[in-house]
Parts: sequence; structure tokens; C-alpha cells
Amino acid sequence: MTTYIIRRLLLVPVLLFGVTVLIFGMLQFLSPVERSALYIRDIPKNPHAVEGVIKQYGLDKPLYVQYWKWMVGVVNPTTGERRGGIIFGDFGYSRVASQPVAELIRNRFPNTLDLTIWALAPVILVGIWLGVQAAVHQNGFIDQAARIFSIIGTSFPTFVFGLLVLMIFYANLRWFPPGRLSDWASQVAHSDSFHHYTTLLTFDALLNGRFDVFLDAMRHMLLPILTLSYISWATFVRVTRSSMLETLRQEYVTTARAKGLPERVVIHKHAQPNAMLPVVTLAGFQVIGLLGGVVITETVFVYPGIGSAAAQAAQQLDVVTVLGFALFNGLILIVSNLVVDVMYAFIDPRVRLA
Amino acid sequence: MAQTVPSSDNALLRETTAMREIGWLERFLGPDNYRIVKGLLKTPASILGFILIGLFIFIALAAPLIAPPLNPNDPYKIPRDGFSPNPRPMGAEWNHNQPPLPFWWKPIMKTDEWVHILGVSTGQYDIFYGIIWGTRTAFKTGFIVVVATFLIGVIVGSVSAYYGGVVDNIIMRIVDIFLTLPFILAALILAAVITPKIGKSVIPAVIALITFGWMGYSRVIRGDILSIKERDYIMAARVIGVKDSRILFRHIIPNAIFPTLVLASLAIGDVVLSFAALSFLGIGTELGYADWGQVLSFARNWITSLNTYWYIIVWPGITLVLFVMGWNLVGDALRDVLDPRMRGKT
Repeated sequence: MTTYIIRRLLLVPVLLFGVTVLIFGMLQFLSPVERSALYIRDIPKNPHAVEGVIKQYGLDKPLYVQYWKWMVGVVNPTTGERRGGIIFGDFGYSRVASQPVAELIRNRFPNTLDLTIWALAPVILVGIWLGVQAAVHQNGFIDQAARIFSIIGTSFPTFVFGLLVLMIFYANLRWFPPGRLSDWASQVAHSDSFHHYTTLLTFDALLNGRFDVFLDAMRHMLLPILTLSYISWATFVRVTRSSMLETLRQEYVTTARAKGLPERVVIHKHAQPNAMLPVVTLAGFQVIGLLGGVVITETVFVYPGIGSAAAQAAQQLDVVTVLGFALFNGLILIVSNLVVDVMYAFIDPRVRLA
Repeated sequence: MAQTVPSSDNALLRETTAMREIGWLERFLGPDNYRIVKGLLKTPASILGFILIGLFIFIALAAPLIAPPLNPNDPYKIPRDGFSPNPRPMGAEWNHNQPPLPFWWKPIMKTDEWVHILGVSTGQYDIFYGIIWGTRTAFKTGFIVVVATFLIGVIVGSVSAYYGGVVDNIIMRIVDIFLTLPFILAALILAAVITPKIGKSVIPAVIALITFGWMGYSRVIRGDILSIKERDYIMAARVIGVKDSRILFRHIIPNAIFPTLVLASLAIGDVVLSFAALSFLGIGTELGYADWGQVLSFARNWITSLNTYWYIIVWPGITLVLFVMGWNLVGDALRDVLDPRMRGKT
């Protein structure tokens, strides 16, 4: 167990180095002047000053020097002020949004997290329930329905599904609008009396006792949640079903039945926990996928999270910002992959003994 | 004694052991690969999938007949009927830039007047034309990306598996690094980075999808090679002193490549989907290029009035869904066939 975790931990610096090199490599497509956005807000008008900036931040130096400066930043010798340096959380400036990239991420990330948390519960609970039912009644009605449902689900591109849902529930029925909050709720949320305890809007609304704001936020989030869930349900149902089918064929399940245990106990107490092993990994990757991969869903529903911000920056070719988002995403993913792998080793002895 | 001597007449043996005819296809592909092909052609779902794929191949090949281009030298440009931002419904008439009438229109409709069959989207782009020629774009980009990712994946995976040890370890860590970023985000970023260098076209998105798309194949072929590498005929080849490269390319890869090849050929659906997603996000082709993602992205500014203008998302949306579903139906059957736990149960 310990060796497994140590081996897994040793991989983290390798991945960190690799991902930073990958992103640094993409930065090299920019000219030195464009790369100055990593350190300063505006490009100076005066060409002489531009050269000074390039000199000061070593933007024409060899690659390894630039990589180092990108990592630790550049300290101004007279003022002692440090600019840049991704290990200090400074990802440069977004010239399109005219604010530091780190600040943009700080503003947007809680929204994405909020959405992810609310999208996960339906995905996991309903997905597992459907998958188990499909396996227990193999080739029965639920199984066939789940199969058709999952093939349709995997064939629906996120943006097509999102647009269709918007067409029905917003354009036709006017039930669930896109965006984050209605104007009145947004005014409440930005007023001084509204305390931001967690920075997650729905939880803050509840903690402030503003149930109306909470409902308004949910009203805006329901369609993105539906889109995210529908598309991940398909995978969940499929994996749960095949894993459950395999477990039900094991001899210990027959033993349990032979002992005369009720079918309900056999399925939910004996078979299901063991069948959940691959589902746990999948759940881990779904969280990761949702956190990083909501680019399209957020864009369709004009939801102000990090995904839509990254897409917008990419569309406006604001490369420094996009790469800042990529870096942030890469860090989250490396850490959460580590957590999933270690958790899995705890659950499944076969992994740590291999 | 007489019973132990096999008689010249083996009629008895023929009855006791099941004898099976081996067709030319099985002889050509070998028993393992033949099983895959047969599994794919057996389920009704995958046959429906093949029919859908066939339909799209037909549309792509016959595009110039179904929707003749305005300018035959630049057929991927969707003809614009004016510049008004408002979409117009199905059957609206052509006012400007009318392309030649397709041959099938007059016998069916008994009129010489060519209309916008599926309506026009924002900027007066003809939706029907975009869908028909978008099929060609889909196959073109899908094919290029699949071939390139397949080649890269196979070369990387086989080098890694054949040499093993440190080489394998380093290559697989590089694969891990490429897998760290979420696929669509990574592709989006790379496309955004190279677009200013080479301009808006299909190329940036294609390059981005290739760069972040090869890792799966290298993992699959690596696993297959690791098992084939241990077989006796490889050992025999080594003993008689065959060169490394010859063993790898003549003996190992031809025997290990089939599952990867099938996976890759079915990946076109996913590739087209990712390409459409990039286009939808505004990274990719120039404005007015016939590709499904862009036709759908025209709807982004009309979300509040989709109740009136439903046709600007429904038609291109259905097209994309049917295309992806065709590949998924076949892919689903393939997953069942390739899954070792299902072996012997067909």
C-alpha cells in the first residue's frame, strides 16, 4: 500500500513538469511582445520602451531561462516588486478582460464548482440506480430502455442537446432562462448585506436565508444540470450495468441465494458493493471531467464559469488567458487524479498488490 | 485391436466432431479478426449504424448533384442570400446569389424556382447547402485526423512496447502528460494559439485534434504488442538473427494492428463531433464555410427566439446526431465483440 502511494506520488512532479512544459511550448507560438502579457498589463506605445520590457523580463533569452522566469517571476531590483511567476499564482494579464488572469479564475471558478456539485448528485444516484436495475432485469424492459437511452445519450453532442433544451424550456415555455441570476437577484447578491461565506452562490443564498435568491439561481442552473447529467448518465448506466452483470455471475452470489437470503439483500448487500469498484473510478473521472470539461455547456447556457471564460478567451485569441486556464485546469486534474487513484487503492486490494 | 487403428473411412469422425466451412474472408483475416467482423455484421443495431454511415457517404459523394455550388472552384462557401441577420423559414425564396438548380428538383416539385429548403440562418446562409457540403467537410476532417492520429499512435505505441524498460516508461509518462488536460479544452487552446499564425481555416482545428488525439491508440496497440511479443514465432525470428525493425514491422505490427485499426475507423464519429464543437465555440473555419458546427453556431445569437426560428438548430442538429449515432451503433457492437469477458458467448 505504502509503496503504491509513494510510486503514485512520485509521478506528480513528472506530470507537473510535463504539463508546464507543454503549456510553455504553446506560449512560444507568441511573439516576445505578446508574451509580455505574462508580466505587465499593457504593451508600451513607445518602441524603445517595448525593447526595454523584452530585456527586463528576458523574453528574448534562451528557452530554459524563459521557463525559469515564467515559473518564479521577475523581481524588480529597485522596488523589490515581483511580477509573473506561476508558482506564486500569478498567471499574467488578460488584455481582453483587462484584469489579471488569476483574478478572472478566482471570480469564475466558484460558479463552475457550484454547477458541478449540483450536477453530480443526479448523475451518480440515478445513473447507479438505473444501471443496477438494468442488470438485475437483464434484457427486460428497463434494460432495453436504458440501452436505447444510453446510445441516444452518447450520440447527442452537448451543444445540440443544450440548444434543443433551451429551445423547448426557454424559447417556447419561458420556464428556465440562461445565464446566472435574474437582475433583481443579482442586485441582492451584490449588495452589502449579502455575505459571501463560501463564494458558492447557492450555498451563500441559503446561509443568508435568501431562499428566493437560491430558487432563482437554481432556476438558471437547472438546464445546464440537465444537460451535464443526461450526457454522463449514459456512461454511468453502461458501466454500472456491465459491472453488476459480471458480479451477479460470481459464485458467492449463488451461495448467498442458496442460503435462502431474500433477493433484495443478495443484490444490494452482496453484489452491489463489489460491482461499484469500476463505478467509483468512473465517478472520480466524472467529477474531474465536469470540472474541466464544462466548456461547451457553460458556453451554450451563457453561464459565467471558467469553461465559458476559457472559450471566450480562445475565441478572442487571448492566448495568455487561455493558457492560464489550461494551467489551472491541469493542476486541478493532476491533484484530483491522484486522489482518485489513492482512493481506489484503498477500496480495491487488487490494485495495491499488483 | 481393430478399434484403435483409424479406418480409412472417417465418416464416424465427421459425425462426432463439428466440421466448419472456412470461407475466403476468414482465411484472409484470420480467426480472431474474422470473429470481430462477423460480430459487427450480426446485431441489428450495428447494421442500422452501417446504413446511416452509408447514407452519409452517399451524401458526401453526391454533394455537387444534391446541392450544386454557386462557384464550382469554391464549393465549401455557403451561398448567402443577402446580409440580413434575421433567419427566414423553410421554403423561403432565393433573392440573390442563387446557385444552379439541382437536377432532382424539377421532376419532384414541378417548378423551376429553387427555394431555401431548410430555411436560412443568421446572415442569410442557406442551411440545406451547409448541411450537404458540411458532410464532405466532416468526412474530410474526420479522415485526416483519424489517419494521422492512428499513425502517430501506432508508431509511438509499438516503439514503446517493443523496446520496453526505460523507453517504455518515458513514452508512457509523455502519454500521461498529454492525457492530463481535458481533450476539448486542450484542442481549443492549441487551435487558438496557432490560428493567428496560419489564419482561419480547417487546419488549426485539425492540427489540434491530431496533437491531442493519438494517445488512446498508442495505449491499445502497446497492450496488444506486449502479448504478441512473447509468442514463439517472434522468438524464432530473433534466434535466426532478424533485425529489430524487421521483426517489429513485418512480424509484430501486422499481427497486432487489427483491433486498433477498427477502433480508429470508428473514431470518425467522435472526431467529427469534436471538430463541430470547436467550430461551434468559434475556433476553426472561416465564416461561411460549410461545416455543421458553424451552421449550429449561427443559432447562438437567437437563443431567445428559437421558438420562431427552431429550424436553425433542429435540422443541423439532427444531421450531426444521426451521423454520430451511426458510428456509435457500430462502435457499441464492436465493444461487445472486443470485450474478452464476452468471448465465447456469441
